[in-house]
Amino acid sequence: MTFALDRLQSDPARRVAVWAAYALLLLVLPLLFHSSLALTMLSQMGIAIVACLSFNMLLGQGGMLSFGHAIYSGLASFVAIHALNRIGAGTLALPVSLVPLVGGVAGLLFALVLGFVTTKKAGTPFAMITLGLGELVTAMALMVPEFFGGEGGVSANRVVGKAVLGITYGPQIQVYALLATYTFVCTALMFAFTRTPLGRMLNAVRDNAERVEFIGYNTQRVRYFAFVIAGFFAGIAGGMYALNFEIATAEVVGAGRSGAYLLFTFLGGATFFFGPMIGAVLMVLAFVLLSEFTKAWLLYLGLVFLFMVMYAPGGIASLIMLNLRVAAFGRLRRLWTGYLALGGTALAGFFGAAAIIEMVYHLQLNETLGDTVNFLGARLDVRGLDSWFGAAFVLFTGLALFELVRRRFMLEWGDVQGEIEREVKQKEAA
Amino acid sequence: MEFFTISMLNGLSYGLLLFMLSSGLTLIFSMMGVLNFAHASFYMVGAYVAYTVARLVGFWPGLVIAPLVVAVLGALFERYCLRRVHRFGNVAELLVTFGLSYVIIELVQLIWGRTAVEFLPPPVLRGPAFTLVNSSLDGLHFVFGAAPDAMCAATEAAVRVVCSPFPATRGFMMLVALAMLVALWLLLTRTRVGLVIQSALSHPEMVESLGHNVPRVFMLVFGAGAGLAGLAGVIGGSTFVTEPAMAFTVGSVIFVVVVVGGMGSLTGAFVASLLIGVVQTFAVALDYSLLGALRRIGFDPGAAAAGNTLMKVTISQVAPILPYLFLVLILIFRPKGLLGTRED
Repeated sequence: MTFALDRLQSDPARRVAVWAAYALLLLVLPLLFHSSLALTMLSQMGIAIVACLSFNMLLGQGGMLSFGHAIYSGLASFVAIHALNRIGAGTLALPVSLVPLVGGVAGLLFALVLGFVTTKKAGTPFAMITLGLGELVTAMALMVPEFFGGEGGVSANRVVGKAVLGITYGPQIQVYALLATYTFVCTALMFAFTRTPLGRMLNAVRDNAERVEFIGYNTQRVRYFAFVIAGFFAGIAGGMYALNFEIATAEVVGAGRSGAYLLFTFLGGATFFFGPMIGAVLMVLAFVLLSEFTKAWLLYLGLVFLFMVMYAPGGIASLIMLNLRVAAFGRLRRLWTGYLALGGTALAGFFGAAAIIEMVYHLQLNETLGDTVNFLGARLDVRGLDSWFGAAFVLFTGLALFELVRRRFMLEWGDVQGEIEREVKQKEAA
Repeated sequence: MEFFTISMLNGLSYGLLLFMLSSGLTLIFSMMGVLNFAHASFYMVGAYVAYTVARLVGFWPGLVIAPLVVAVLGALFERYCLRRVHRFGNVAELLVTFGLSYVIIELVQLIWGRTAVEFLPPPVLRGPAFTLVNSSLDGLHFVFGAAPDAMCAATEAAVRVVCSPFPATRGFMMLVALAMLVALWLLLTRTRVGLVIQSALSHPEMVESLGHNVPRVFMLVFGAGAGLAGLAGVIGGSTFVTEPAMAFTVGSVIFVVVVVGGMGSLTGAFVASLLIGVVQTFAVALDYSLLGALRRIGFDPGAAAAGNTLMKVTISQVAPILPYLFLVLILIFRPKGLLGTRED
């Protein structure tokens, strides 16, 4: 895994190519998917990427598990909304394009104050303090209606101020262009942060805080600085959110959103810089599409997360990198049949489980809608014994076959890894 | 006076319920270094299982069966999930319990539905345990059970009579919590098992080389902690509401308790539980605001300040955030917690 990454980093031309491809992707995507739903989703993905990357500055780079990251993006959303309203009223002379920066500054200030308490501790106590602070802010949100707008939230209009070069931010595509620019710049800045001395010290504090103390650094201060910077980028994400949705409700500071940042950053992969970006894309897909598709989506999400923590703690990014390494040594050919078999059996097991879950949900929630549930085109009768039996049969056959295939695959995988190790050693010796 | 007594008892009973939860959490944490994020979820599962058992065979068997079921579930989770991620470190362990809390809440909604279920305490516990009758005519009286209507009704217009009942469920909650506290203390300090647990806490390698199966001890402790949460769930669920949100309501408060009391300190958790329980209960009952206080001492801050939220908000409205404020204050002034010894 380090091999592929090293090659990527050691070669400047390759790195430029990766960033250019990223910029191109941001440019081309709205041309490929130009429906209004797709544009909104792409804008949301940009916001989520900035938020998850800023979260990973804490989790992946600093080893700080935060359960309250949404308070920085959320509070910044509120500040940005109020700024937008001021611009509309004419009391604040600021181009609308800079509203995300207002959010960034707000996030930075909040992190400056709250982070001082939070970063006093590391590890598990840190996690609990962030949880407590998150609760504190959420509870406050309903208590102070002047700032948070109570239940209804605060809304604003982004089509205000003078149009610069004909850009009014009325059409979604213009908003997307602005958000994509912010996303790209923030991604680049956050990547640059990992190369600074502070970014390196943060990694050291994560790996061995005691040793860092011995060298003479104040670990608490390193954590604090990183926390404030993460707060700034979270704030930018919050400002982008305000611009995109033109409303901020109490839910944006809530524990649900903090939990989502954590969940998807981890799913994407906290150990690689680009992992959270994958997670962010998945987050928007899950929130917008999966939640439409099934009512039990949080259950699927929780199960996927649980298995990910247990079997692939590096997230999707680490799986990609592992396979890139295998491919780089030209051994992916030996594994692809195994992948097919694994995928097929896992899918069978999953469909069996999903059919059962959907039928139970149907019984629980919409009994009035009749006795049949539409599951991927098949009509299942929730009162009939055969559909339950069929689903259970598919589930257990799938699981059993999966286990068989998995054992074979692990042997093969071990062989391949061993060969690669040997090859690397030979190269080093030569 | 009767307001104070009843509120105090209510606060203490709530605090003891919090302790039933935080004791399991603290035990698991001090032993395995794992903060069980799903602890409150076990509390919820306990309530729901007891609800089902109570519908089938009655409340009292449920009080025994539900904690056992939850304990077995907890032990299984430790054996097959938590132990697997142990080598990935503390963050992974915390994350796996975090994921579990998502799965449990969804499963509970899958099985028992999204709305609250009607989980009532048994008939014995439905009435008040005792009633305090305060009459301006003949002072304070103590009556077991509900006070007769005749006592509570004022005979003359000039006489003021106030009856303050104390619910039996609350009394039962205190009783169970205290019994559990004593049993736990005896188990940890007076039995062989307790000795092994205590020593596995500080010197796991040594205990292992003496021939004890430390992973199994961990599994049993995790199961026992989950079981305690389940027991608290049976009582909490029947006293308050049994609904999918109950895990979240109590979850963040018990984390606060554990930090305020000092990570890993059982005594600290006890003190902090009672403190937070009492403070929160009293705060809910107090309907005073800063504005009211200023007006009372004869100072009117003017119309602008009267509209200000900070001036208007009453103590009862602030009650939900008090534990968290408390947490922040403790962290600033005494970072290791009330009775904590660790400085990490």
